Formats: sequence, structure tokens, C-alpha cells
Amino acid sequence: MAKQYETVIGLEVHVELATKTKIFCGCSTAFGGAPNTHTCPVCTGMPGSLPVLNKQVVEYAMAVGLATNCQIHQYCKFDRKNYFYPDNPQNYQISQLYLPICHDGGIEIETAAGKKVIGIHEIHMEEDAGKLIHDEWEDCSLVDYNRSGVPLIEIVSEPDMRSAEEVIAYLDKLRLIIQYLGASDCKLQEGSMRADVNLSVREVGSEKFGTRTEMKNLNSFKAIARAIDGERARQIELLEEGKQVIQETRRWDDNKEYSYPMRSKEDAHDYRYFPDPDLVPVVISDEWLQAVKDRQPELRTEKLARYKKEFDIPDYDAGILTEYKRMADIFEETTAICGKPKKVSNWLMGETLRLLKEENQEPDEIGFSPAYLAKLIELTEAGTINQTVAKEVFERIFYDNVDPERYVEEHGLKAVNDEGELRSVVEKIIAANPQSVADYKGGKEKALGFLVGQTMKEMKGKANPGAVNKLLKELLG
Amino acid sequence: MQIMEMTALELGRRIKDKEISVREAAQASLDRIAALDGQIGGFVTVDAEGALRRAEKVQEALDRGEDLGPLAGVPAAVKDNICTQGLKTTCSSRILYNFVPTYSAEAVLNMEKAGAVVLGKTNMDEFAMGSTTETSAFGVTRNPWNTQHVPGGSSGGSCAAVAACETPYALGSDTGGSIRQPSSFCGVTGLKPTYGTVSRYGLIAYGSSLDQIGPVAKDISDCAAILEMIASYDKKDSTSVSREDYDFTSALVDDVKGMRIGIPSDYFGEGLEEEVKNAVLHVADVLKQKGAVVEEFDLSLVDYAIPAYYVIASAEASSNLARFDGVKYGYRAAEYDGLHNMYKKSRSEGFGEEVKRRIMLGSFVLSSGYYDAYYLKALRTKALIKQSFDRAFEKYDVILAPASPTTAPKLGSSLSDPLKMYLGDIYTISVNLAGLPGVSVPCCTDSKGLPIGVQMLGDCFKEKNIIRAAYAFEQARGKWQAPDLSGLKESGSKAADLAGEKESGSKAVDLAGWKESGSKASNAEAVKEAD
Amino acid sequence: MANIISDETIEYVGILAKLELSDAEKEQAKTDIGRMLDYIDKLNELDTSGVEPLSHVFPVHNVFREDVVTNGDEREKILANAPAKKDDSFKVPKTVE
Repeated sequence: MAKQYETVIGLEVHVELATKTKIFCGCSTAFGGAPNTHTCPVCTGMPGSLPVLNKQVVEYAMAVGLATNCQIHQYCKFDRKNYFYPDNPQNYQISQLYLPICHDGGIEIETAAGKKVIGIHEIHMEEDAGKLIHDEWEDCSLVDYNRSGVPLIEIVSEPDMRSAEEVIAYLDKLRLIIQYLGASDCKLQEGSMRADVNLSVREVGSEKFGTRTEMKNLNSFKAIARAIDGERARQIELLEEGKQVIQETRRWDDNKEYSYPMRSKEDAHDYRYFPDPDLVPVVISDEWLQAVKDRQPELRTEKLARYKKEFDIPDYDAGILTEYKRMADIFEETTAICGKPKKVSNWLMGETLRLLKEENQEPDEIGFSPAYLAKLIELTEAGTINQTVAKEVFERIFYDNVDPERYVEEHGLKAVNDEGELRSVVEKIIAANPQSVADYKGGKEKALGFLVGQTMKEMKGKANPGAVNKLLKELLG
Repeated sequence: MQIMEMTALELGRRIKDKEISVREAAQASLDRIAALDGQIGGFVTVDAEGALRRAEKVQEALDRGEDLGPLAGVPAAVKDNICTQGLKTTCSSRILYNFVPTYSAEAVLNMEKAGAVVLGKTNMDEFAMGSTTETSAFGVTRNPWNTQHVPGGSSGGSCAAVAACETPYALGSDTGGSIRQPSSFCGVTGLKPTYGTVSRYGLIAYGSSLDQIGPVAKDISDCAAILEMIASYDKKDSTSVSREDYDFTSALVDDVKGMRIGIPSDYFGEGLEEEVKNAVLHVADVLKQKGAVVEEFDLSLVDYAIPAYYVIASAEASSNLARFDGVKYGYRAAEYDGLHNMYKKSRSEGFGEEVKRRIMLGSFVLSSGYYDAYYLKALRTKALIKQSFDRAFEKYDVILAPASPTTAPKLGSSLSDPLKMYLGDIYTISVNLAGLPGVSVPCCTDSKGLPIGVQMLGDCFKEKNIIRAAYAFEQARGKWQAPDLSGLKESGSKAADLAGEKESGSKAVDLAGWKESGSKASNAEAVKEAD
Repeated sequence: MANIISDETIEYVGILAKLELSDAEKEQAKTDIGRMLDYIDKLNELDTSGVEPLSHVFPVHNVFREDVVTNGDEREKILANAPAKKDDSFKVPKTVE
């Protein structure tokens, strides 16, 4: 019988924090500037420059630690990790090895197999590296230090995961927690959340861990799932052939669906960590810790429970609405204005999700203001516009964040509720379509629909279809 | 009295009183440098144009009636590891041969606010690693008292330039004695402040936990005034300390009555030259006569400071100097094959021998498996050394010690045996490990005519104690005296004037050798030897 | 010398430190590091058990910046000293194999 293997996975997740400035200098962390426009002597490693810690980084790191049930090291320090690479201007990265800010936590995940806690070994603060662009033309690389010094936290899990499904569930849970805290936008594609996968295999029933490899360059959930399957297969094949797995760092190539070793004889992987003499320890008092605890926002689990209790919406809807902090925020803000949770939920679950899907966007990219959605709901409720017009107006709100009231006014989209005007149009339609009238009277219900449509067309959609229907029936007796 | 013979404060007073213009002062310095520095080698870069331009600016400010402080308009030199905006800063290393900072060190900014006129940058041991200023990539600096001898290091350029009266004062930096030891060798006064007193922002790091910028000048009054000017709490330096007192000049009083002075008997062991020992004891006597209470005590752990220092400083240096890689600034090898080869060639060609030696040692002691045995052990030793000083300062206000076991050695006699050279730092290094302030005060010259300096060490943040002790000693010793540079005299230089004006010298105490005897002869000899 | 530094060690430290030594320099480095380590081993005479390693001489802690942007576009200054540059970036030998 073939041997049964178990996959053992631990993750190192890097998250870019949502601070305005870098971790050790006053440069902006904004995305997308021209090369080296967000740089200064500190984040480019100029001689004589010195780092000063951004307090907000510590607060975010603490918040994430608390939300993932970690212990906080109330005395923590920064260490230098020494290695040469051009994206690392000092040729050392300021990180934390000996006393990371958070340790020994964990979060609960849920998969088809049920609930499970994934342990968090530690969370530490560190600086991001710059960006290297390969210049094909001159066969050289170009260094842009705009990202150099952007604050990161690295969340190191215990080797508690056993499948790609668990890994994805863990990452998704982390993403939700961190987004809810406002500590990061956690976008895998844009690199504000990055996962390195440590993976080993062992025979089922074995207590000992196998030799692990570390895989880098995974920038989507799909890539992570494929990389896990690919690496698992590669390691099992090695073992089946009686070969050894080598402990190494590998780079996943998602196009070729294979990982390659990143080894070079110039990389000794001996980082010579030592406490950074340019930075002083961070001492977190009980009061400070408590203040951060008190400021922790409502996280998803709590929010979900509250929605179910507070609003009359289906559990499924509550789940979707709380899956992204941005969506939940819009839901709550809109509901607070218009007081109609059910209607708000319908607009978000229906049209909003439809348009997001159409545009291939994530809910955190929603750009419209809750006040406009609330106004739209009020306009519809009051019968000022009909449902068809409302959908049209919503698209404008979604794309351009327009004021619905003004838009309806400017485009003359108000529903015609003047019975006299409606009656004269309906009479005109009846007179113009004798065949349909005859069909209807002969029992063809469909013909009524045609007449309603003709009336709506004549009125440029501004009539209330219900009222048209009612009036037609009445006039056709 | 000639301009260049004045102390910085004296010159500042005369500039303020409009007896001397800022331009005249700057020009006098530049002339002196032009005449002498070819033989001294104190400067790596002289910025004559910038200095004169700056002099006009400062003069205008003074003419407007701005009060810039007591040193306004006084020319100054800055050690070449301290960044000066728009002025080449090389650390005397090939790897930074063309580096022009786009920012100035906080200490330099403070100087400029107080109206300083920067003349140029002074030579040093490459990256401040050395005790002789012979490891500079741009040539050696010679001791103005005898140009066949080294000026000490690593701030040898600053100390020689002050001693040769090329600049009224200079900034140096001190990681293991780099201000105090060359000050002693060059017969000038150099003060290393308490760690954190002067911002390190813009000081190109060697050993970050040990480095401090400090003044080099003719006497303690100047040093106190310069320190008052450059010291500040700097938000850009996380290790900067916000102090309660910055009024260092208030300690310039001739009163040591009741001051408790300790002399570590374990500093008087093997290797200490008899003449240096006697000089220290002589200073002790002078202070005792003035009412201080002097006694010997055991400091302990003296032999462990050097090994602990070399582990810590080399480890930090190996990391601090990693940024010099040919990517962002400085030297890049002309030919290389790929990235890592570019790194290796640029660094191997860019760094000198001593720097490479310390980077190798530092990389080794931090490498996998050795961190605990070397680095942590050194940090634990550092803790013990700090404790032994803490205990000493419970009993004493000032500790009196030699600055170096010997006077300045001859050029070329030190580098062949690095370990032996390191041992010369025995009296200065522990001060950096413990973060203490220390000053080297010229006391007398030895039988060879070379200056001997005596160190006064204080507890952390107690600069005022050592300033007071130094001032009291100076009052007894008499005014600072320049070396006789007539042997080096070039036609048209002003060196002869200096030599001729020694009338106001020491009168109170007869300090063998400080007066005329040795120096004149020695430089004459030196010139002969050089020929 | 109690500490014998092997060729492999010198080679390895050279990789860590990104220094390429000539054969003569390597021999010298072996001797120098060995002698220094012998000397540093003197620290083992000291009983430091129970002594906390002292990184900072003063118990200074919590030195922070507020999260406020203070720096503008300094690109020209930052690139002013670059040995090689292109498109407002630092130019280096290609980093991808």
C-alpha cells in the first residue's frame, strides 16, 4: 500500500501598515510616486543618517497582536538583520529578532473540516525594502527606494496548517482582522499583504516534522494554493525516490507552476543579528496597553453577531456585508441615515456586488458615499423615482458618486404621479394599439405587458409601472 | 598678539569688539594653512572660497547687531567623518573619495547658528579606525611638535591643525579615545562629552553605541564654550539625551576646594612611561595644593576594556560600513562581473587595510554560533565596567588618568602590530564603554619635547566637574603654548611670529618641558632628518 | 595561537562582509583575527553569569516620531552622489539571474 503523507505548513505573513509615513523617517508611504520621490537620507541609507521610530507602527502592531490573542512584550527592541542586496540601502534591515513585540497568540479558522485554532508564534515590526526593476534594454537593474522603510509587521504562524484550504482560511481571517483594525488594506495583488509558505511533508502518524522549504513570491490565493500542491508533490516525490528534501528558500513561478531554489554561493543566510544601537527599546506601560485595548474597534465576529441581533436581515447577507470592513462601514453609515437596513442590504447585496463583479473590483474599493445611497433609498421609498430609474441612478452613484437628488432633477427622471397626465398617455396608447387591446381582451395577458411597456416608453420611464398597469386594466375594463 | 595664537574665545571677543573682522580671521587661518599644512597634513579639504563667503555673511549678521554667541565669526575645522552640506566628506577613505553630503550634521548646524566659519575638513584615520592618523587614504598627518611623529588618532588632523594654529578650534569624534589621545599627543585640549550630549546625526558611524562628537581647542575655556554651542537634544537622533544643563562655561572657575579626585592605581602598571606617570602625579599635586582631596583607588577590570571594546566596535562597524557598496554614493570599482563581484571589488578596493581588518573581525564575532560567546559576553563585560565606574563616582568627582601610556610614537612604528597599537587605547576606551565624559589637558612635554596630556574623567552628565578641574589646573599651569614651528617655516609664513611671542607663558608652576626647552630643537632635528 | 582560523572561515567571513582578499591578505587576516580572538578570549576570565548585556549605557526608551509627513521630493539630492543612475533610479548590475 502506498504511503500516506501529511502536509505541514506554517506561514510568514508580511503586512504593510497603513501609516502615513515610513517606520523610521517622515517620508510618505503613498503608493505610485515617481522613482525615489518619497525618499530622504534615512530611508536611502545615507552616511550619518539615523532612524527614529514612528509611534503609530507600535500601536498598529499592538492592535494586531491583541486582536490575534497574542501576548505583548512590554519591553521590546529592534535588531539589525545584515545582508547585502541593492533594495536594502543600509545593507541591513531593521527588524526584531530577540524581543518581538507580540508572541504566542492564535486565531480560529473554519473550513469544511470544522473549526481549528492556528497558533501565532510571534509578530514583529520591520522595514520594507525598495523596489528593483529589471531594465531589459541595458541589462541592468534600477533601484527605487520609495518603498524602502515602509513599515511592515511580520506574522509568523506555528506549523499548524495541513492543507491549502486551511492556509487560505487563515490568511482570509488575518486579512479581515487587520482590515477591521484599519492597520492595513491587506491587498495580496498589490503586495501590501505577502505570504511566505514554509512546508514539509511527513508520513501520516509520524510525530517528527520533515525538512521544510520556504516558498516566496506568492501574490494571490490561487498562487498559494497551487504552490502548496506543487511543493507537496515535489517533496513526496523526492521522499518516494529515497532522496532528501533540502532546507532552502524557493521561488514559486506561478506561470510554470514550479518552484526554483533561490540559492547562491554569495548568500550565506547568516544574518548576524544584533540589537540596533541607533534605536532605543520600546517600553509599553500597562496604561498604554490598556489604552490600545480600549480603542480596539469591533471585529468581524462581534459585528456579525450584532447584525443578526440588531437588523432584520438574513444570516447570509450579514455574512457578506461583514466580509469586508468597507462594505460593513457603508452598510452601517447608510442605515444610520435612512433607517432602512433591509433596503440598504438589498442595494449592497444586489446592485453593488453586481457592479463590483462587473468591474472586477473588491468591496474595499467602493467609492460612493453612504449619504447618496441613503438619499436614493428615500427617493425610491417616497415614489419620487421608480425602481428602473433608481437602478440607473445607482450606477451613477456607484461610478461617479453623484448626488441622486440633483441627478434626478437635472435629467428629469422624477416619476409622473399626476393621474391626469398618465391617463391621457394611456388613452393614447390604447387608441394606437387596437390589435394589442383586442389580444388582451381575448385573454392574452402578455398583451398587457406590451401596452405597459409602450406607455413607459412614451413617458420616458418616469411613470410608476404599477400605476400604469392598474390604469390600463381599469380602462380596458 | 597674532590672530592665530589667540584662543577661540579671545578671537571671538575681538571680532565682537570689531578689532578684527570675520574675514581677517578667516584669511589668517587660510594663510596659515597655506603656509604650513603641506607639512602637517591636518586638512583633507580646505574650502577657502566657501569660508570667505561665509565670513562675509557672518560679518553682516554681526553688523546688524545679531547676538550669535561668543564664538561668532571664529574659524573652525571639522573632522572629515562629520557631514557638511556641499563640502566633501570622505572619512579619509577612498570609498567616499567624492561624497558630497546634501545635509549637515546637527553639530555643524549648531555651529553655523552660532556664527562659525568652517575652513575645511580634517584628516583622520580611515573611518576613525586607528590611533595614529596613518590609515588615512589621503596621506598621514604629522605632529606639529615633531613632524617625525604621529599626531595620534583618529582625530589627528583636528588636533594637529589646532596645535599648529591653523584653526582656532576643530570638531573631532571619539569612539575609543579618538579625541583625547591625539589631543594629548598634540598638546591641545580635547573633550569627549557624555554619550548622547552632542547629536550623532550626520556623524558617519563607526561604533554607534560609542561614538561622540566633541571639541578640540587650545584650552578648556574654549572647549566648554564649543561644547555649549554644539550640544543639543536632537529629535533626529534617538540616542540623544535631553539634558538639564547646557551651560558648561559656568564651570570655568578656579576652585577645586573639597573636590574628590581619584587616581586608579591599576592604571599605573606595565607599559606606562615614567614621564607620563609623573605628569599625572604632578597634576594631582597641583590640584591637591588647590584644595582637592586626592587618593588612589582600584578601579578594577582595566584589562577587559580593550577586548570588550574591539568586539563591540568591530561588530557595529561591520554593520555600519555595509552601506558603502558602490550603489548609492562613493567609489564603485571600474570593472566587475555581476552584482556581488561589484560589491566585493568596490569594497575591497575602497577600504584600507585596518578598516577591512575590523569589518572582518566584526563580521566574524556576529556570525552564526559566535554571537553569545563574543558579542553578548562583551556587552556583559561592558555592564561590569559601567558598574565599576558607578562605584568609583560614588566616591570621587573626578578620576585622573593618563591619556595614553606613551607620548606620540614615530611615524610608521605602530601599524605593523595592530594588537600592540590597540593596547595604547587602554586609558581611553573604558570611558566610551561607560558613556562617560573625559577631557585631555596638556600638562607638559617629555624629554623628547613631545606633549603629555592628562585625562580627567567625570561621571555621566558631570562635564562640569572635569571642566572645573581642568580650568583650575590650567590656572596653575599657565597659558597654552604652541609648538615651535620655526623649523617648518616657509618664506612668508607667520610661524616665526608665534615662536617669538612666548612671553606670557606659564609662570605659576614650573612644568618641566612645557616651556621652551624641547620642542624647538626637536622640530629642527625633524627638518634635518626629513632632508 | 589558540584560535586557528581556517581558510574556509576566512572565505566565509569574506562572503558575509563582501570583501575579496588576496591570498597574502587572507593569510594576514587569519593571523590577525586569530591573535585578536586569543586576546578577546581574556574576557572568559570574567564571571559574567547573571549580568545583563548592556546595549545602551542609559536607560533611555520610547523615543518616537509622530506619524506626520515631513519630507518632500528630495530625489535630486538623494541621487546626487550615485555612481550610476538611470531614470531617477540607482543603476546596479542586474539582480535577477
